[in-house]
Amino acid sequence: MKLVLEIAYVHLVAKPKQTIVAMLGVTFGIGMFIALVGLMTGLNDFTEDVSMTSSPDIHIYNDITAERTSLLDEFNYAGFNVVHHQKPKNESAKLRNALQMVETIREDQRVYGAAPYIVSQVFYNYGPVQLNGQIFGVDILEESKLFDLQSKMKSGRMEELLSNQDGIIVGTGLARKLNAVPGDRVVITTPQGYTMSLKILGTFQMGLGALDNVRAYANIGTVQTILQENQTYITDINIKLKDRSLAKAMAADYQQMFSYKSEDWETANATFLTGVIIRNIITYAVSFTLLIVAGFGIYNILTMTIYNKMKDIAILKAMGFAGRDVRLIFLIQALVIGLIGSLAGLLIGFMLSVLISRAPFEGGDVVSLDHFPVNFDPLFYLIGIVFGVVTTTVAGLMPSRKAAVVDPIEIIRGQ
Amino acid sequence: MERVLHTYKITKYFYEPEKFKVLNEIDLTVYKGEFLSLVGKSGCGKSTLMYVLSTMDTDYEGELEIAGTRVTGKDQNFLAAFRNRHIGFVFQFHYLLPEFTALQNVMIPALKLGHYTREEVESRAYQKLETLGVKDQALKNASKLSGGQQQRVAIARALINDPDIIMGDEPTGNLDSHNSNIVFDILRELSQNFHQTIVAVTHDEEFARRTDRVVEMSDGRIIS
Ligand SMILES: Nc1ncnc2c1ncn2[C@@H]1O[C@H](COP(=O)(O)OP(=O)(O)O)[C@@H](O)[C@H]1O
Ligand SMILES: [Mg+2]
Repeated sequence: MKLVLEIAYVHLVAKPKQTIVAMLGVTFGIGMFIALVGLMTGLNDFTEDVSMTSSPDIHIYNDITAERTSLLDEFNYAGFNVVHHQKPKNESAKLRNALQMVETIREDQRVYGAAPYIVSQVFYNYGPVQLNGQIFGVDILEESKLFDLQSKMKSGRMEELLSNQDGIIVGTGLARKLNAVPGDRVVITTPQGYTMSLKILGTFQMGLGALDNVRAYANIGTVQTILQENQTYITDINIKLKDRSLAKAMAADYQQMFSYKSEDWETANATFLTGVIIRNIITYAVSFTLLIVAGFGIYNILTMTIYNKMKDIAILKAMGFAGRDVRLIFLIQALVIGLIGSLAGLLIGFMLSVLISRAPFEGGDVVSLDHFPVNFDPLFYLIGIVFGVVTTTVAGLMPSRKAAVVDPIEIIRGQ
Repeated sequence: MERVLHTYKITKYFYEPEKFKVLNEIDLTVYKGEFLSLVGKSGCGKSTLMYVLSTMDTDYEGELEIAGTRVTGKDQNFLAAFRNRHIGFVFQFHYLLPEFTALQNVMIPALKLGHYTREEVESRAYQKLETLGVKDQALKNASKLSGGQQQRVAIARALINDPDIIMGDEPTGNLDSHNSNIVFDILRELSQNFHQTIVAVTHDEEFARRTDRVVEMSDGRIIS
């Protein structure tokens, strides 16, 4: 065995250029894989993280736009009816007994927290300019428990909202657009025409432009006033679970139990999750292609080596090396090329990842980022090396087998 | 007398381009310490017979026995190990592994055999190289040696495992007369001084005349 290793070693170092070219193929493939997968999953994880922490596991609301049976169907139920461009009924989005629902939900052991809220569309008046946005009426402590608002506060104190019936906490993007700082007052107008002056108590940053540029939080009572609704008016309940994976099943249960629309995070974020899957597919497809190309390189070089070494193979066999010894000699060469090439690839990939993670990147209004998020999960490095070694071994298998069955007589007679 | 090699009615056919009998019921016995030369016209089947005797060619009829072992019908792995232990080869073209030194070339069959430690193998290899008069070339790359030197290293390699028999297919065929004489003298000495059994194909009458026994072939048969 040691002898076989030595012979393989001599073959490898006898043609250093050829060996290095073969290794570089693997190195390039694995390096790109690590860098690509690190960046892609880094971005995925980052966006998933911000959108998951800012979205509930289950969202219960009154879906008044849901398809309903038309009046015509109710009266002429046996007939064939066509109702063209049916519109929602003018019914309230209110959840009846919302607070009791919240109590029931909170009693469930699997639930981490449940926060009732209402939303009002508003225009923020900034001089002559009106900025579109939303004010969420929330129980600020429960909201913070669910979405960790406390840690997202950029200025002011969240708790001040409790003692201020005309206070709001606005997103950093919105504050910037309004050119406002805590202490300033801002006048809002609802589409229904109600106007109110509110005091900015603080700012928060979720990290998603879609939220930070339009959203503000106020007390439930404040928004009920803005909407001119009574104190029982609650339209939505957000729920966080201890185990997010239960969301789908529990959402279905709640829909059954309360007969209101109950949506889990997976359904709500379907397009986002599809994006994650597509990005993963692209990453693996590109890396796999690179490795296949590297594999062909190794196959070629080994085939060439074996062709050039026919005479040596014949001598070895004449001297008493069995086919399996010869196969091992060339398989070891493939393995060494694969192993060293992959290790170098991991190193290159790691260095590329570090470079990418240090590169300044302006997330703009979409996400609050100042550099690329890169994933350094050791699992990818493990996948990389296994992938690299397996590809090179497979690529080396065929030429090695060919070497094993070389008939020494043919070579010796051929001279 | 102890017999080292024995064949019984070895017959072999080639099927390309058409079926023909290249070896015809070859009966041959070689005794220990014998230096036997195999002669015959070009194309009469000498090389083909050597490949059968060497156990590398297994596609034949009849029986072959070497060093008391019937090798006919044994599998390739057995035969590889058997060659390593019992048979030494010298080819017409001085086949050395070009990327290894002369010393390494000689050591490889012994390391493969694994009967001795690396140190023992090395000192034995030096000994063999000395016997062949090429000790001073030991650390040179095989490809850097002259033809005569390479052939002597090849003989040293054939001797390293103390084989029961050395086989050569025109071992001097590719050397000038000076080097031919040197190699022949070495073989002669090995036979005389160490009772080394040798079977060598040659077309050199002078060479043949000075061996213990001459076997002549014609059209795949032994005729004398
Ligand atoms: N692989 C082969 N296939 C078919 N015919 C062969 C093959 N090898 C050798 N021959 C033929 O077999 C005969 C004997 O060849 P060989 O043993 O090399 O002769 P020698 O060594 O005595 O000159 C020749 O006629 C040669 O052409
Ligand atoms: Mg011949």
